[in-house]
Amino acid sequence: MKILVAVKQVPDSETKVKIAADGKSLDPADVKWITSPYDEYALEEALRLKEAKGAEVVAVCVGEEKAKDVLRNALALGADQAVLLKGASEDPLAVARALAAFAQELQPALILFGNKAFGSDHGAVGAMVAELMGLPQATLITKLELGEGTFRAEREGDAGIEVVEGSLPAVFTAQKGLNEPRYASLKGIMAAKKKTIEEREAALGEPALAVRTLTLPAARPEGRKLEGDAAAQAATLMGLLRDEAKVL
Amino acid sequence: MMLVFCELKDGKVRKPSLEALSEARRLADAAGLKVAALFAGAACAGAEEAAGFGADVILKAEAPALASYSSDAFAALIAQAAEGQGATVVLGAATAIGRDVLPRVAARLGAGYASEVTALGLENGVLTADRPVYAAKAQASVTFTSKVQVASTRPNVFPATPCPKAGTVESLPVQGLDFKAVVKEILAKGGGKLDLTEAEVIVAGGRGMKEGANFKLLEELADALGGVVGASRAAVDAGWGLPHSMQVGQTGKVVSPTLYIACGISGAIQHVAGMSGSKVIVAINKDPEAPIFKLATYGIVGDLFEVVPEITKAVKAAGLSKA
Repeated sequence: MKILVAVKQVPDSETKVKIAADGKSLDPADVKWITSPYDEYALEEALRLKEAKGAEVVAVCVGEEKAKDVLRNALALGADQAVLLKGASEDPLAVARALAAFAQELQPALILFGNKAFGSDHGAVGAMVAELMGLPQATLITKLELGEGTFRAEREGDAGIEVVEGSLPAVFTAQKGLNEPRYASLKGIMAAKKKTIEEREAALGEPALAVRTLTLPAARPEGRKLEGDAAAQAATLMGLLRDEAKVL
Repeated sequence: MMLVFCELKDGKVRKPSLEALSEARRLADAAGLKVAALFAGAACAGAEEAAGFGADVILKAEAPALASYSSDAFAALIAQAAEGQGATVVLGAATAIGRDVLPRVAARLGAGYASEVTALGLENGVLTADRPVYAAKAQASVTFTSKVQVASTRPNVFPATPCPKAGTVESLPVQGLDFKAVVKEILAKGGGKLDLTEAEVIVAGGRGMKEGANFKLLEELADALGGVVGASRAAVDAGWGLPHSMQVGQTGKVVSPTLYIACGISGAIQHVAGMSGSKVIVAINKDPEAPIFKLATYGIVGDLFEVVPEITKAVKAAGLSKA
């Protein structure tokens, strides 16, 4: 069984966002790059399946040269193989096309994603890959069980936890709660340094979406602090919510 | 034509769907287009309500097999409807189903897709969208270069505006669908409460709540205001037995309620990413330096264990209680 895990390199969530001179991208100066947090749940799930059932775990990343760091990290954690699809796009469909082309060749039984990449936050690439490959999907999963050629997954729905059942091969996107990701061992980190990362050009095609501008949000107007004891504060608040903010 | 994928719940059109429909109507009016609202299910009773919110056409795809949601079947159905109607714009609300199915629809149609948009524009047939990125620390304006354009609208951002139209009901044939993945059951979370992303009022607690049992105070205030209770990551991760579905923030839900009351929440970037789109923010915290006060419309420096019950009391005394 082959399991493909797609990982993305993203800015650390504590990054102070600065806009680049082009007015439509992030200024990369001083940015610390990490593996997108949800992708860690996806990779962990793949590694647990490998340990329980035996599998070959392949990590793939669409990114530039520096994205090799996240693939190196995946190898350190236990992935068997790592492939960099060189290229970058702000369009989730273009990225999905590149990943689907690669997956079509690999023919994995499972393809795992984080439910969204920190930063762009589209949360679309996993479902797009599923559609491009004609595969079933379960997104935002918090539990995954495999049968003989089948899966049962739990996902966060609006009315409660939805139980999704379907056939394999299938695409999954991981939500927090799926598992507790491990840390890389020193042995794993050393071994990962010796492994090679395969490189190919990402088959991105023509983009269907483009970023026009990236701007910092307008600051919220200065708020006001309410004075007095608890009862007075509560009474003042009530008046303001009703008469000034008009939200009650 | 603009196509809006709509969802029903208990025989009524879900509010996030009405919001998407209203926004489609607004764009369609400016561009001289028509709006079709698409419903899918075993039966679509209640879909007629869409006529009151701008639907020129109401498409009903009814079949027993559509009783349970299937991402692949629904995606094929929506794409078929878009092609059948010659739709150049497909919208839907960014609900759990919308976020699951709309990217598939886009991929199927070779269309660009923008998720959880907070503003839309349509000029000469080209859709533009604003959406928060980098944990709401920046805003991206995106534009489409594909013929068909798909977007999901963030709940509680666009107004649901009544706008009566003909709403001619048409039945959509249900054929040629696979059901490779199907929702078999829903493990109810109980109480029939609104999902956080749809709630107009959210009362959220953080580390300052000290223990899970104290969330009862927030429940009481939320009940009085007709809202729901949320939590920060610190509270969910504290081992107090709070489910992750309550979590507001970058690794939880992104919410845009009319009123957000943050109790004992410091205002870490991770949390702010999930709630900075709230219209009015009230912060209650005993630390006057807490970063949450920078965002708060109204700040109360004080002990939440005293202040929250007083607010609940005041809501009830003012005759505003919805409980």
